[in-house]
Amino acid sequence: MRFSIERLVQWAPYILEGLGVIIGLSLICALIGVIVGVLCAFLKKKKGIGWLIRAYIDFFRGTPVFFQLYFFYFGLPALIPGFPTDRWIYATVVFGLNSGAYLAEVMRAGIEGIDKGQIEAAKALGVSQKDIIKDIILNQAIRSVLPALFNEFIALTKETSVVSVLGVNDMMKRYSFVVAKTYSPIEPLVVIGIGYLCLNKVLSFIGQRLERKLAYD
Amino acid sequence: MIKIEHLYKDYSKDIKVLKDISFTFEDGKTYAIIGSSGGGKSTLIRCLNMLEVPSEGTITLDGVVVNDPKTDLTRVREKMGMVFQNFNLFAHMDAKKNVAYALMKVKHMSKEDAYAKAKEMLEKVGMGHRTDSFPHQLSGGEKQRVAIARALAMEPEILLCDEPTSALDPEMTTEVLKVLKGLSHTGLTMIVVTHEMAFAKEVADYILYMDQGQILECSTPDVFFTHAKSERARQFVSNML
Repeated sequence: MRFSIERLVQWAPYILEGLGVIIGLSLICALIGVIVGVLCAFLKKKKGIGWLIRAYIDFFRGTPVFFQLYFFYFGLPALIPGFPTDRWIYATVVFGLNSGAYLAEVMRAGIEGIDKGQIEAAKALGVSQKDIIKDIILNQAIRSVLPALFNEFIALTKETSVVSVLGVNDMMKRYSFVVAKTYSPIEPLVVIGIGYLCLNKVLSFIGQRLERKLAYD
Repeated sequence: MIKIEHLYKDYSKDIKVLKDISFTFEDGKTYAIIGSSGGGKSTLIRCLNMLEVPSEGTITLDGVVVNDPKTDLTRVREKMGMVFQNFNLFAHMDAKKNVAYALMKVKHMSKEDAYAKAKEMLEKVGMGHRTDSFPHQLSGGEKQRVAIARALAMEPEILLCDEPTSALDPEMTTEVLKVLKGLSHTGLTMIVVTHEMAFAKEVADYILYMDQGQILECSTPDVFFTHAKSERARQFVSNML
């Protein structure tokens, strides 16, 4: 079967709608990931709760995200009757927590890189613990881990393609639908490839701009 | 007035840094704390504003027990400025924001007032022309002067200086000591840990000689440098000169 521009133009809008699904999912999960990651970076060394945080990080970094989706979506409801079965909830929770586990390590490195002297100077000035964490520690930590942070965001947009296994209507799911209709895989594949490339080009552009802008206050 | 009574600081069972220190710092005087490294000088002044938590004993500032867990440390630290050996400027803020930051966060000044005050303080330490520079663009001596402006902007009653010139070359040392000298006897109580004997001799009202976690003596510079009471202090002075 030959490559057909007409087929490509005909099906591109339908497939690209799936890109919107990926963008939405990635945005929510990135947000969850950053919040969870920052919290875990601070709590990891705390007595009492530290072991739980370390176990969480081990689980999500030590198993494939494909397994994690199956485990939560099929495993948990089988184990605990009455568990909700909405696939969006599972997709959001699994990718958010997966991202959080990686970002916890990234943020920890950023936080540990902060010069302790600056924290002492802020304390000596009477600055509150809350303001020290916000303005001195996190503010500088985020600047220094920005490249690693955007690495994780880019990885996230690609990993979320696995949600098609739960039947979420992303680009890969739409691909199967289009191929079933037209018997031609090449046009949807071209659209999907370009879609992902453009999305991540935009993301890395935002990352670079942000890095330059945040270099200093 | 800072009153220290039976102060101990242990890092572990074997590492005892301060051993039963009792001393009173009078208002408005300048004190130089000198002595060999490892004698507990830095630990002592870091205990005063609770950067180190004493193991035993009490520190009282104007009637308030500083190391009582119920004491609001912010109020205590507002009264005590501190200057560090390594400057410890906030690396992501320019000179004026380094000074203005705590004015906004701790004194709750408006942005305009805080920056105006920051510029005024930077002028005072001879840094009026570098208010927009970031710490990495400044020399060591310039950084320390910004750090002094940052501490003074809070209008403290006491200025703690932990080896303020130990990371500087002789030329920069002179410029920083000039600023510190200008501050002494202006109503501010100054407690300076230093290895600069000439500065101690010229500026300090009292010299505290510390060795092995104890204050061995407190004398005026005249007395200390000519006929110190303890053998160890005399030894220290003769090694220095």
